[in-house]
Amino acid sequence: MENKITPQEYEEYVEKKSPNSPILKNCFNAFWVGGLICTIGQFILEYCKYINLDTQISYTVVSVVLIFLSAFLTALNIFNKIGKFAGAGSLVPITGFANSIVSPAMEYKSEGYVLGVGAKMFTVAGPVLVYGISTSVIVGIIYSFF
Amino acid sequence: MDFINSIDWSLVLKCFITGGLMCIIGQILIDKTKLTPARVLVIFVTTGGILGALGIYQHLIDFAGAGATVPLTGFGNLLAKGAIQEVQTNGLIGAFIGGTKAAAGGIAAAIFFGYIASLISKPKIKKQ
Repeated sequence: MENKITPQEYEEYVEKKSPNSPILKNCFNAFWVGGLICTIGQFILEYCKYINLDTQISYTVVSVVLIFLSAFLTALNIFNKIGKFAGAGSLVPITGFANSIVSPAMEYKSEGYVLGVGAKMFTVAGPVLVYGISTSVIVGIIYSFF
Repeated sequence: MDFINSIDWSLVLKCFITGGLMCIIGQILIDKTKLTPARVLVIFVTTGGILGALGIYQHLIDFAGAGATVPLTGFGNLLAKGAIQEVQTNGLIGAFIGGTKAAAGGIAAAIFFGYIASLISKPKIKKQ
């Protein structure tokens, strides 16, 4: 007897066998880790306010400090573990942007400092900058007409 | 300590919740659609830029502080707001200056620290 199954049955079978993507758990971890990273940023911001730094400069200080921490933890191979646990929780904050630059820079070191480190750094950050900066240029051009 | 007393704890709480919710949106995008992390980041930065240009994002920053500026949408907002400010002072050419100027600190820091990290580290061979 030949056992034929329809594509639909097969899909149901795969659905049953494949591990349940625990989206609730992922979201919970993303929530508290992401929230915590932002809270660290908020404490730095409060401190900048406390020592009377200009608001615009304060936000830059927050970004630079968080980027430094992210680069530091990436270099120690700790950030990747956090990323595996927290998913978008460490990706969405600016730490994810920093990690996306630092991680390939380290990984492609063996391909040389120019075409390895220098070029591969922007595998993920490149698109972010392309779309971010392009958006800002378009916004600026539109704004200059009003 | 004066510093501890100066902290606005309700703002810290709003920051935590807002930042966390942003990350939940990102997590749902990753889990429910087949978007790669790079695409998610691009979506966040572009959305932030558009919301920033419309002046909507500033309300979120007023509400949540770093909870709104630290996620990548805040980076997009910073770029767009920078372009608008520069256009106000220098006209059309400001559209090409303002965005990158406003985000210069973050971009330079990421590149510099990334380069330093690659110099000093010996990465383990990792396979996804």
